[in-house]
Amino acid sequence: MNELPQQLVNGLLLGSMYGLVAIGYTMVYGIVQLINFAHGEIFMIGGFGALTIYLYVLPDGTTMWVALPLMLLGAVIAAVVVAVGAERFAYRPLRTAPRLAPLITAIGLSLALQQAVWAWYPGAKESINFPEIDGGPFEIGSVTIQTGDVFLLIAAPISMAILAYFVMKTRTGRGMQATAQDPDTAKLMGINTDRIIVVAFALGAVFAAVGAVAYGLKYGQVQFRMGFILGLKAFTAAVLGGIGNIYGAMIGGLVLGIAETMATAYISDVPGMEQLGGQSWANVWAFVLLILVLLFRPQGLLGERVADRA
Amino acid sequence: MGQTLLQVPHTRLESRPVTALRIRKHFVPALDSACSTGKGRASKGLIVRQRSLIAITAALAAGALTLTACGSRDEDGGSDSGGGGTTVVIGVDAPLTGDLSALGLGIKNSVDLATKQANKDNYVDGIKFKIDALDDQAQPSSGQQNATKLVANKDVLGTVGPLNSSVAESMQKVFDDAKLVEVSPANTGPTLTQGPDWQSGKKVRPYKSYFRTATTDAIQGPFAAQYLYNDAKKKKVFVIDDKKTYGAGLAGTFTDEFKKLGGKIAGTEHIDPETKDFSAIATKVKSSGADVVYYGGEYPQAGPLSKQIKAAGAKIPLVGGDGIYSADFIKLAGKSGTGDLATSVGAPVEDLPSAKEFIANYKAAGYKEAYEAYGGYSYDSAWAIIEAVKKVVEDNDGKLPDDARAKVTEAMQNVSFDGVTGKVAFDEYGDATNKQLTVYSVEGGAWKPVKSGTYTG
Repeated sequence: MNELPQQLVNGLLLGSMYGLVAIGYTMVYGIVQLINFAHGEIFMIGGFGALTIYLYVLPDGTTMWVALPLMLLGAVIAAVVVAVGAERFAYRPLRTAPRLAPLITAIGLSLALQQAVWAWYPGAKESINFPEIDGGPFEIGSVTIQTGDVFLLIAAPISMAILAYFVMKTRTGRGMQATAQDPDTAKLMGINTDRIIVVAFALGAVFAAVGAVAYGLKYGQVQFRMGFILGLKAFTAAVLGGIGNIYGAMIGGLVLGIAETMATAYISDVPGMEQLGGQSWANVWAFVLLILVLLFRPQGLLGERVADRA
Repeated sequence: MGQTLLQVPHTRLESRPVTALRIRKHFVPALDSACSTGKGRASKGLIVRQRSLIAITAALAAGALTLTACGSRDEDGGSDSGGGGTTVVIGVDAPLTGDLSALGLGIKNSVDLATKQANKDNYVDGIKFKIDALDDQAQPSSGQQNATKLVANKDVLGTVGPLNSSVAESMQKVFDDAKLVEVSPANTGPTLTQGPDWQSGKKVRPYKSYFRTATTDAIQGPFAAQYLYNDAKKKKVFVIDDKKTYGAGLAGTFTDEFKKLGGKIAGTEHIDPETKDFSAIATKVKSSGADVVYYGGEYPQAGPLSKQIKAAGAKIPLVGGDGIYSADFIKLAGKSGTGDLATSVGAPVEDLPSAKEFIANYKAAGYKEAYEAYGGYSYDSAWAIIEAVKKVVEDNDGKLPDDARAKVTEAMQNVSFDGVTGKVAFDEYGDATNKQLTVYSVEGGAWKPVKSGTYTG
């Protein structure tokens, strides 16, 4: 059986999730040049927000068609509240500080959020099961798509389209572009840059929340550490695509996801490479790819558009 | 550069011109020509800054990775120290938080139960037992810190744990240097007791202070292979492991025996235990045409792996060792996990007449968590330490000698009693003499014993 189409779809799904999270990294970086390492935890909190709605708000046995939009809403609210709170209380006081200070703050915040969920969310000391959508997998030719993945397949492109529209066409979106170009001039032109920065954090959180719901549906569980590795991967995707560029984030995510999947699936079939294949080496190959890209295009894949920060 | 004209006092300005210039190129075409003069120099500056920032960030990320290994630990002793007499502390080291905490808490509770039982019966005259449970989070580094901590506490005369073979590797020397006895209820890695060359027949016991009540993977892997080939009639297996001491060792002994019996290996794969996405591997399993998957590893990965393999369309059972024999595996694998198999050490505790009392007492003690796969073995491990302490105390006219630790370690070698899981005694390597194993299958949302037996070469 030719498994290439299936592996491509596997990579596409993984990559879409990286991309959704990567947008948050790239957008915040574009506006305030901060690598928000707590973003992976914003993603995780989105997952727990959705779970809270399902476990504690909705009556038992609510069908997923009703539950899903509400869970998505819960995820978005939880993620946005935490992200905006982090901006207000952790990052804003440090806005004029040297660049390393907010970076360390972000790492501290990341650990603090992880441990807070670990300590206070009931049952979060282990993985918690996430509700699943019933219904069998869909077969398209030789490709099988799980019911849980359908959400990701639909949500990722729609989110991207909305974001592109928002940044390009709306007043706030143009304000973001202006702030990314030059916050001081933007301020002189009457743009409330503080508000724009909050919007950037909130938007990143929304995308992370969508990604988190997709994660829950895809893997059937959430846990307090789920944002850590995924956050690092998403950050990698953002750098790969050209950090600061929203399209780059999505492209970087897809490239990274597909590269990892292909490395897992095929490297060990290359004669003499048996030892260097498999999933445990997939990260190595993904980073080899990252290094190669950065060697030839230090600004990332869509580097020319690195200027399109917003 | 254009900016100087507009310059306003602002701290952030020096880091800005680059961005501003480059952005204008795309968004404000009218300004393009005005800005182009500074572009070359500016963009170089941007790249340099970006690179160094990313380098710093990467270093910090690596630091963060190690930092998460040391979280909080559970200092809860769990039992009261008695009023008069000497108090002997039995250390417990297991993952009390994190993914493997279901197994770890079962270990802690069972040891606690053993000490309470000994105190109640006044089993060792004049000695009260008490536990000191430390959380290793399944991390070798935390395990070593805990070992150091237990060694430093003079009242500790023995330790039960750890759960993971990889953690045991980091603890063995610390305990051995202090001549402090360690009894693991769960380590199955053969090298721990038989040295790195055990497979070629050169068995050398590395540490005299290390014992275990669990059987080893040298037996468990082949036992699973025989069951799958002879009883379940599976001929083509796909072998996956997590590259950890336990998982890789188990997958290795399984593979050797399965090949020897005449079975075919349809493929091998190593997973990254940090991830939950096994879709690429699941697809490979499906297209390999295997009729069974053997997984060397633990349930936090095995559950999702089983689920994703079935979702990919390969309706074949996943088989693992004692590391997946947990109720949490069933939870994580979901409905499609029905029919998955696991081998575990010993016979099912529920079926042993010797374990009836243990189960009743465990229930009566009202622990929140179940005793899980290693409860009986943990109880026996703790009891072995209690027996050894009793021997030492009785040989010394009812008092603890000054070199109690060394004496307890010596006495441990000759301990022999009827425990929860059967006869408890140790061979010349410190391995349990009880080599029974059982195959379990997931049915109706629970593990059901299928076949018990002893592996015979």
